[in-house]
Amino acid sequence: MSAPIDPQDLAYEEAALELENIITALEAPQVSLEDTLALYERGKALARRCEKLLEQAELRVRTLDGEEA
Amino acid sequence: MNFVDSPETPWYIRGVSQIPLFQPGALTVSQVNRYVQDLLAADPLLQDVWVQGEISNFTRAASGHVYLTLKDSGAALKCVIWKTNAGRVRFTLSNGLAVEAHGYVGVYERDGAYQLYIDAIRPAGEGRLFQEFLRLKAQLEALGLFDESRKRPLPSFPRRIGLVTSPTGAALQDMLNTLRRRYPLAEVILSPSAVQGESAPDELVRALERLWRLEPQPDVVIVARGGGSLEDLWAFNDERVVRAIAASPAPVVTGVGHETDFTLADFAADLRAPTPTGAAELCTPDRADMRAGLDSLERRIDLAIEQQLALRRSGLMNARARLERVSPRRRLDNERQRLDGFGKRLAQQALTNIRLRRAALDGLNNHLNALNPLAVLRRGYAAVFNAQGLPVISTQRIHPGDEVNVKMADGQFGAQVQSVNVEGEPE
Repeated sequence: MSAPIDPQDLAYEEAALELENIITALEAPQVSLEDTLALYERGKALARRCEKLLEQAELRVRTLDGEEA
Repeated sequence: MNFVDSPETPWYIRGVSQIPLFQPGALTVSQVNRYVQDLLAADPLLQDVWVQGEISNFTRAASGHVYLTLKDSGAALKCVIWKTNAGRVRFTLSNGLAVEAHGYVGVYERDGAYQLYIDAIRPAGEGRLFQEFLRLKAQLEALGLFDESRKRPLPSFPRRIGLVTSPTGAALQDMLNTLRRRYPLAEVILSPSAVQGESAPDELVRALERLWRLEPQPDVVIVARGGGSLEDLWAFNDERVVRAIAASPAPVVTGVGHETDFTLADFAADLRAPTPTGAAELCTPDRADMRAGLDSLERRIDLAIEQQLALRRSGLMNARARLERVSPRRRLDNERQRLDGFGKRLAQQALTNIRLRRAALDGLNNHLNALNPLAVLRRGYAAVFNAQGLPVISTQRIHPGDEVNVKMADGQFGAQVQSVNVEGEPE
């Protein structure tokens, strides 16, 4: 994983995908203790981001008028 | 022949020559009506005919049968639709409606009236329109615009959803409600357009092009409108609209009309939904399902960390145990214990040795005691010593008259040998 993005900037799909990858890594037996803790922290942050998106989202609607791009 | 002559037999069976110049009697009403019915029944056109006209005198009987009159500017035709056929009519019949009706013309002999027995009915002009639809479909299909291989998958979690629909229609509200409930995470971009009428095809194309010019573009586009007649939906069969949908950089989902309506736009789309609401559902995951999926992920991560920690705890305990076994203190204790062990064994051995020697000593002592001459004396024997103090153990060493000393257990006395008898072992 190179330069992980702040979870706050991730869309739901990205956060959920990274979370799944982290879980797969954590389920492998050869992880070092240091990596384990780091991964767990990141995973929890990603899960919180997903939760926030699910709970607080309000549908945004905008209308294109005329020939606006 | 009797039957030929019978007044019941139609004249054309009896033969032209048999037509009486003067009718002996008139035909009955039934005969006339039957005659007309037979005439009509034999006519191929009238047995399979489409008739166009305007509905009037529309009635639905209690029996379920429908009675109506089709008329044009100059004439009227009574019609009936039997209950089963009436049930299959897909649109509302009412007076004033221009329709095309299919069926056969027959005489209702009871009334002496002929009528059209309708088995199928459609709004006027639809027949022609439908032909046009089939022609266009074949044409565009040949260009490959409807090929399965062109169809793209929809994104699982669209962030921006484009909507091409009427801003005033019920379809828009239905779709927004559905999206609000299911997937409020998305942003909806409405690109409004008329959805029927002359200007509709152009407006639909421009509405799509407006969405493409956005930066960033929508992840998926819904093209939708509510139900209507073939004529109402006709804009969605327009070649310009079909081409625009096929050229869309983002996947297109159509939701046009009712479940049973198919337009060419539907064939060109990446996915057809039966209704506008259906389109909104097909584009998006349900928030409730996402919630459940997230819960599952959270459980998995907690479980994974638990297991990692448990693994380490048990590893730690193992290591500690192994460390303990080889630690200096442990070795010291071990050695101490060994020493103690040795000490004990040593002591035990020593004790044993001593006991053994004592026993041996005792044995020897006893032996010695047993051999003690004094013990012999205690048994009542006497020991004889000569004048030199030497023991006399053989009769050959003693002579009568010798002076001897006789030792007993508790003392001694002097004696003189009187006589000597030699018997027993020599020395």
